Amino acid sequence: MAPRERKLKAVPAGPLVTHSDELPLDKKLLLQMHELMVKTRVLEERLIAMYKSGHGYFWIGGPGEEAFNVPLGLLIKKGRGPAFDFLHFHYRQSGTLLAMGEDPINSLRQMKNTATDPYSGGRNFAGHFSKRDWNIVPVSSPIEVQYAMAPGTALVQKRHGGDGITIVTGGDAGTAEGDFASCLIWSSRPGNELPVLIIVTNNRWGISTSYNTQQSAARLSDRGVAFQMRTKTIDGNDPISAYLELKEAMEYVRTERKPYLVEANVSRLFGHSSASGANYVKEEVDCITQFEERLEEQGLLSKKDAQAVREKWNEQIADMARAVKDEPQPDPATIFDHTFASEET
Amino acid sequence: MANMAQAIRMALHYAEENLGVTDIFGEDVGAPLGGVFTAIQGLKTAWNTPLDERGIIGMAMGLAMGGARPVAEIQFCDYIYNTIDLLKLAGNTCWASIGQWNLPMVVMTPVGSGIRGSLYHSHSFDATATHIPGWKIVMPSNPLDAYGLMISACREKNPVMYLKPKALLRIKGEAPIPGEPGDDKQLSKMIDAPLGDRSKWRAQWPDLTAYAVPIGKARIARPGGQLTVVSYGRTLPLCVKAAETTGLDAEVIDLRSLWPYDWECIKESVKKTGRVLYVNEDTEVTNFGEHLVRRTVDELFYELMAPPRLLAGKFVPGIGLADALEMASVPQLGDISEAMQKLAAEAP
Ligand SMILES: Cc1ncc(C[n+]2csc(CCOP(=O)(O)OP(=O)(O)O)c2C)c(N)n1
Repeated sequence: MAPRERKLKAVPAGPLVTHSDELPLDKKLLLQMHELMVKTRVLEERLIAMYKSGHGYFWIGGPGEEAFNVPLGLLIKKGRGPAFDFLHFHYRQSGTLLAMGEDPINSLRQMKNTATDPYSGGRNFAGHFSKRDWNIVPVSSPIEVQYAMAPGTALVQKRHGGDGITIVTGGDAGTAEGDFASCLIWSSRPGNELPVLIIVTNNRWGISTSYNTQQSAARLSDRGVAFQMRTKTIDGNDPISAYLELKEAMEYVRTERKPYLVEANVSRLFGHSSASGANYVKEEVDCITQFEERLEEQGLLSKKDAQAVREKWNEQIADMARAVKDEPQPDPATIFDHTFASEET
Repeated sequence: MANMAQAIRMALHYAEENLGVTDIFGEDVGAPLGGVFTAIQGLKTAWNTPLDERGIIGMAMGLAMGGARPVAEIQFCDYIYNTIDLLKLAGNTCWASIGQWNLPMVVMTPVGSGIRGSLYHSHSFDATATHIPGWKIVMPSNPLDAYGLMISACREKNPVMYLKPKALLRIKGEAPIPGEPGDDKQLSKMIDAPLGDRSKWRAQWPDLTAYAVPIGKARIARPGGQLTVVSYGRTLPLCVKAAETTGLDAEVIDLRSLWPYDWECIKESVKKTGRVLYVNEDTEVTNFGEHLVRRTVDELFYELMAPPRLLAGKFVPGIGLADALEMASVPQLGDISEAMQKLAAEAP
């Protein structure tokens, strides 16, 4: 017998800002977030187009999560070593990287698996970032493993002092893995609590399996409660709310040096990956459309302005895609390179 | 002379003091126990973890990424299997990030039979470990090598799997660890935790040195010219004993490192003897020894007087508790002697 789909609606996040209020962030930041969200979307659309026209083998990425991922990137303390934030990401984090200042051309390189791909040298899928200078540990395909590693960098940071924290992200389905429980346990050992911001972006899907058919927790964030953790479920489709909530959570983790579990409800706008077609899904909230409407309501951005931002990035990223076309593929003679770190590195 | 557990403990102490080891951790490795085989007693950076092997490996990886130098223990290798994909990840992190990230971490775990441990305290891990690229894998067969390999492991920039043959952990060495006192009772008094209340006990460490056994270097445990026997861990001393009792002029090589391994040493010996027997106790199907046999055939075929042979554990789902079952499942002295005699006598 097929499991009956339970009609469990997503629990709405507590309203931090209401739509009728004047927006609680300054105009410059709002427009910056808007532009980064659009830039991210354009990048993802370009990656999908590359995949569909044979310029890449597989696409997976973060369209639909921009409203959450961009504020996250803006709030990260970027740098190398334990004084800065350690980032254990999953494969939908392009908006975070762009918000941190990353050049989008590198995502195109990884999509085309060129030798110039700075994350993996043509070895790994799109969205599988790695950047040591910013403490971005290699994104890997096995779901949830990053949650097992995050307490390790956080322990180094706790000992180091200062306000660097560890941030780990992943999806809702993956929380069924034991590594999620490991993260909760290891981050909250009595007397040894660790500065980890544990994030789950809940799009209510695995690949094709809905959250409601597999997990009964109304809020995933409640799983932290048993571990004496601060927790919150937030609206990840609203960049203003996401910014304010993440800021508060990060300030807590930075100063208290204790874990905080954030569940962000987000959309999945192009399906799971290229394996499921990568076509736009009309039924889900599009955070960019929604944000643009609000900015327009407040007189901060006109339709024309929004269109101009989109066109600017469409053009620039199309140019980048053309440039990447001629970049070299990795040399087959290099397959053994970096199996081990040499003594000289 | 120190036994292997004491040797490992002394090396870890040296590594905490001098090689930057920051964390020695695992289930029951901190005070008061110091590990179920006591190899971690009295160490200042040792701490107890939740009972969560994936968490332990993940913690080691995170610590290494953060700039610490961890030594993690999995209490028995029988319980490392649910961490395999994390071990793979540790092994591919440097490669996947084209050298951006390397993981200086050691995972140590007791392996093999010999304590009548039944299904889940008798497993070997060398066959599986050697299927995971990106790791260096070592396995000592005596206390001095145990010490020296741990020193090298703690200096590595890459993940090192340190396999502890549990049957040998209590066996005393024939050569002293540089710095250990000549009197075993005195050593025990200095570094073995007392029975009963240990809350006030502190180890008195001898003045140790950085004696290192390089990873990738085998040792000729017994020179000979008639046949070559290559082994490591629990079966190594049995191979030496078999050579002595059979009276065969066997050259016994202690591989010590499984990856990278000392092919030059094997090659030189086989060129001389024309006969080679590989011995280990992991299950024989897709066994590491099979790789060595294949390489021997590929590269040394015309040097051989007889087919290269492998004596390994039986391909059975587990090692049974009863004495007779364990003895029948993994190579014992008699099996090794017999295999050596057969190989020495083999003629076309
Ligand atoms: C350990 C593991 N099992 C299965 C897969 C295949 N897989 C890739 S993504 C995915 C769904 C993940 O869903 P979720 O955790 O909610 O994250 P989302 O992709 O929705 O952001 C699955 C099953 C995998 N990569 N790793």
